[in-house]
Parts: sequence; C-alpha cells; structure tokens
Amino acid sequence: MLKIENLKASIEGKQILNGIDLEVKPGEVHAIMGPNGSGKSTLASVLAGREDYEVDGGSVEFLGNDLLEFAPEERAREGIFLAFQYPVEIPGVSSTNFMKTALNQVREHRGQTTLDAVSFLSLMKEKMKIVDIDQSLLSRPLNEGFSGGEKKRNEIFQMAMLEPKLAILDETDSGLDIDALKIVASGVNKLKSKDNATIVVTHYQRLLDYIVPDYVHVLYKGKIVKSGTKELALTLEEKGYDWIKDEVDSNV
Amino acid sequence: MKQKNTTALTAELLARFDDFTSALNGESEKPLFQLRKEAISAFETLGIPSTKNEEYKFTPIGKAIDKKINVGKPSIDNVGSLTEDRVTPYHIPDLKGNILVFHNGIFSKELSSVVSSPDAIRIQPLSEAYKEASEQFVRNFSKYADVQNDAFTALNTAFSTEGSFIEVSKNQVIEDPIILHFIQDAAQGAAFQSPRNLVLVGENSQVNIVEKFDAVSESNTWTNAVSEVVLEEGANVSFYKVQNDTDEALHTNHTQVYQSKNSTFSAYTFTFSGDMVRNNLNIVLDGEGAEANMYGLYLVKGKSHIDNHTVVDHKQPHANSNELYKGILDESSKGVFNGKIFVRQEAQKTNAFQSNNTILLSDNAVINTKPQLEIWADDVKCSHGCTTGQLDEDALFYLRARGLSKESARAMLLYAFASDVLERVSIAPLKNYLEAIIAERFEQNF
Repeated sequence: MLKIENLKASIEGKQILNGIDLEVKPGEVHAIMGPNGSGKSTLASVLAGREDYEVDGGSVEFLGNDLLEFAPEERAREGIFLAFQYPVEIPGVSSTNFMKTALNQVREHRGQTTLDAVSFLSLMKEKMKIVDIDQSLLSRPLNEGFSGGEKKRNEIFQMAMLEPKLAILDETDSGLDIDALKIVASGVNKLKSKDNATIVVTHYQRLLDYIVPDYVHVLYKGKIVKSGTKELALTLEEKGYDWIKDEVDSNV
Repeated sequence: MKQKNTTALTAELLARFDDFTSALNGESEKPLFQLRKEAISAFETLGIPSTKNEEYKFTPIGKAIDKKINVGKPSIDNVGSLTEDRVTPYHIPDLKGNILVFHNGIFSKELSSVVSSPDAIRIQPLSEAYKEASEQFVRNFSKYADVQNDAFTALNTAFSTEGSFIEVSKNQVIEDPIILHFIQDAAQGAAFQSPRNLVLVGENSQVNIVEKFDAVSESNTWTNAVSEVVLEEGANVSFYKVQNDTDEALHTNHTQVYQSKNSTFSAYTFTFSGDMVRNNLNIVLDGEGAEANMYGLYLVKGKSHIDNHTVVDHKQPHANSNELYKGILDESSKGVFNGKIFVRQEAQKTNAFQSNNTILLSDNAVINTKPQLEIWADDVKCSHGCTTGQLDEDALFYLRARGLSKESARAMLLYAFASDVLERVSIAPLKNYLEAIIAERFEQNF
C-alpha cells in the first residue's frame, strides 16, 4: 500500500529525515517510536503533504501512485488521513459544514455520489458513536474551545467519516488521560479492517497497549534504526531510548 | 495632465456653487438657503484636505477628486432615464419595506414606495421636506454634522438637494425597514451626487435603515453623502450601509449620530468596491445607558482605497460602545482604519471596546490602522486591539488535509473571518444578499 524509499526531507535548510525506508501493507498496524526530535512528526507531515517541508530525495509510493506529486487534498482524497498532534482551532468554521464539504469533495473524487443534508446527518450520527462524541460539540466552530481529549476524538470522528486507506496518528496520545486514550484507541480499533492500514506515531508505549502494532520502528536522527514486533515497544518502555542512541552513535 | 493641488480643486468646486444656486429657482429666498451659504463659505475656509491634514494622512483624497473633478456639475437637471428594469438588478432580493430610489441624486417617485403608516413614521424625500420646512425639520437639519470643521460635510450641505427626511414618532416599532437606494448612472456623462438624510427617532421607537449605493455603469461617479441620525431616549436604530459601486467610484460620506439616554445605535458598514471610499462615522453618546455598536467589513481588491474613520464621544456615565471592523485586502488595495474614543471626565463607568482585524492576501496590500483613545474619566473599561496578517497557513493545511480543495479551504477561512461581522446583521434578506456577494467573491478567488 505504502512504500517509502530513502526519503529525505528538510525544513528551512535543516535536514530532518535522512533516508527513511518503510513498507506498509493493507491490514497492518505500524508504530513509529523515537525520542523527541527524531523526525517522527516530520515523517507524518511529509506524508500528509505539509508544504513547509522540502523533500530532498527518495520516493513515496501509495497505492501505485507517486504520493509526493499530490497536493494535500489529493492525498486525503486518495485515502491518506493524518490525525493531527495539534488539531487547529478554526473559529467561524462550523464543524458540520466543514465535514460535509470535505466529505463530499472526497466522495466526488472517489466516484461516489455526494450526500445531501439528510443522508449526511444520518451518516454523521452513526460515526459519532464510534468515538462517543457529542452532537453539541459538532455544532460548535471547528475545534474551538475543545479540550485536548475532545480535539483528539474529533480527529478520529473525522477519520471515521472519511474512511481512509492509511491513517497516520501523530502523537494522538499526547495530552490524553487514560479514559480519553481508551476511547480514542477503541475508535481506531473499530475502524481497522483487512483493507486499511495504520501508522501510529508515538513517544510512549502506553497507546500501544490499546492499539496493538504488528511492527514497531524506532526513528532516531531521521532514520529508522531498529524494527521489530510489539515486544520492542515494551523494551523501550522499560529501558528508554538511550541504549538505542548509544548503539547507533557508537556505530558511526 | 498635471495633477491639480487641493487649492485648485477647492477653487473649481467653489466656482460651481454659483452655477448651482442660479439653477435653484427661487430657493434663495428661503431661510434654509442661508445654510448653503454658510456651508460654502466654511468649505472655502477648509478647502479639500491635503495629506498634510492628520485626518487624511493616508488618504490622498485630492488625487481621487482630481480624477473626478470633471464629473457632471452638481445640478438638478442631470438625469437620465432610469427605468424599473435597470434598477431591479440592484435591489436586495426579498427585502420588503419602504423604498426610496434616487437616480443621480434625483428622487424617483415611480420607483419608490412607502408602506409604513404615516401616523408612525414620516418618510419624505428631502426636496419635499426642504419645501415644507416644518418646524422639526428646520430645528434639526444640519444641526449635528459639523459644517465648520469638515470640508465634505460643508460641501454636501452646500450642494445637497435630495435625500430623505425620516421622522419616527414616539413608542413605534417600525417593522418595515427603510431602504434608501442611491443609484448613479454615468452613461450620459459623469455623475456627482450629494445625498443628505436626516433621521429623527422618537422616544422608545425602533427603526432599521439601509443605505445602498450602486453605480449602473463604469466610469466617473462621485458620491458625497451626509446623514444625521438623532435618537431620543430609549430609541433603537440599526443603520446599514452597503457600498458596492464600481471600482472607479469615489465615495465620501459622513454619518453623524446623536444619542440620548438608554438609546441604542448600531452601524453596519459594508464596502465591496470603490476607487476611493472615505467613511466617517461620528457618534455622540450624550445620555446614561446609551449604547453604540459599530461594525464594518471591507473586502476589496485592485487599487481600491477604503478609509474608515470613526469617533465615539462618551459624554455621560454608564454608556457602552463596541466596535469591530474587519477587512480583507487583496492585490494593491489599501485600507485605513482610525478609531477615536473620547471618554469625558463625567463619563464614569464607561465601557468602550474597539478592534480592527485585517487579512492581507497580497504582498502589495496595505493597512494603516490607528486606535486613538483619549480618556479623562478614571473609572472606565476601555480596550482596543488590532491584528494584521495573512491567511492562517496551519488552518489552511488542516482543511486541505481533510480533502478540501485549496480554493474551498481558502474561501471557508475567509468566510469565517468575515462572519463575525456578517452574523450581526439581523435583517434576513439583507444578510442573505451580503452572504451571496461575499461567497461569490471568495469563489472567484477574490
């Protein structure tokens, strides 16, 4: 589904990604872990198409297409979904109206019929249950004044609405208490299928108790320095990142 | 052709006054004619302000007038034929009410209609009020706007022949809004108009007024309008201004408001085009518990220059003023915002808030914004703030990351920015009309 080869990216002349290789197949859950500043969020942003980043080399293939050629909205329509670490508060934009416009533009791109107000609302009601999000929240301006947990739930709600092929969760656990974390994780699990895939970007192992990965990769200095199964995450939890840093730095 | 300086422009306009008065048959015998003479002599003293004048520092009004100085002489016979089908496209759909239509400054009886009861409200074309010279009219006309210190008010007072006189009796809620529709048509040559309105609102009465300015053809038009609005105790007035002439139009106007105790005045100023637009909004809060709301929205591109000057004078305690002006400037357009708030020593417990926010969509767009607070009372709450910036890139990316096209995302954000002001409009057909103009602008990428 996703094939990243030797991906290099920089921001304002500063190299952040130094040659990432990663392959994700349908039905898989990959966790990307790593210390602060290792490039985890950059990788998520580059995949979603944030224009602040310059791609300096390598390739990303998504469902047979060159992903890097696509504008952010084309990526979303093709099936990439980035759950933001910091969802943006947008005063004056109604959550519902935004979601309806987005969904219909996505559906149009996918050759599906656009939804009228009635069928949109009934779909919305159905998807709201997945993350236990309240109607009153969605009648407010987008993310405005939402708590941290509400923002993250709203991200997963949007994901449920847009039905992506590949979901990238960028530090979705940050700032969440354990109850909110469980709700968000259970939402993600409900949306999992054999046809879609998930990349979970996280600093802590905690989230991986609830969203169980098939593979765990450790990112350090812009490269994947170690890959393994979910046990690797437990080792990291226990021993921290220093041993990996030492291992890598001594090899240089 | 060399640009004339403001002295030369002043002289040209003065020369026209004689032509103009000789065409006013017999009016020179009337007592109100004295006002014209005083006004023209005030104008002679004041002259067209140059950019050395602090109030016109960022607005080279002389340059704009120079482009229009050859516009048709301000006379009463400069009328083409304006038929209903030419006016209809400029009407606000579904907006019913009392409509007065003016064509190149001339009242059109055929296209106008008054529906409210004459017992509750008097709605008269200014020319009739001038002729009738009722006691109320004479006592109030030109008593509020400052002829001696404002050149354009003086010019309007000297030349105005048409507009409206509106007088609301006590304890009346006027359901039907009053629409003052000024249409300029430069098809048969350039056009200059000096609309003048006097609005007197009795105790505890309520009325909505919509002033709409349109031009039916490109090229030279100059509108120099003055409105005086007087609110008795407990009166409530909403005053809407919709400026949507052409990109060639010059528009200067002054709205002078006088508020008594517990009265509420709300101004809504929407500017969508114009070569140069200067809006003065001056409000005197001369009663306890009075409230003034000033909302403005300007969305322009090209070389449009939009200047909003507001003054709120808090003279009495326990009064509130709220001001919110928002602008979106594209291409080489310029914005000027100047908000003065005076709080006199007697005006304790004043609340005064002001904010001006502007989005610049191009590197060549400019806004000059200046809050000016002068506070002599010590127990007051006053605040002001201004922001200027580009469209929020993070928000744009967020929306696009959900599948919205760049254009839709941009339109959605701009609309959200403007909605703060738009949402305050309480006349539904007017709101729909404004929404449609704004949506169209945003969809065609401004």
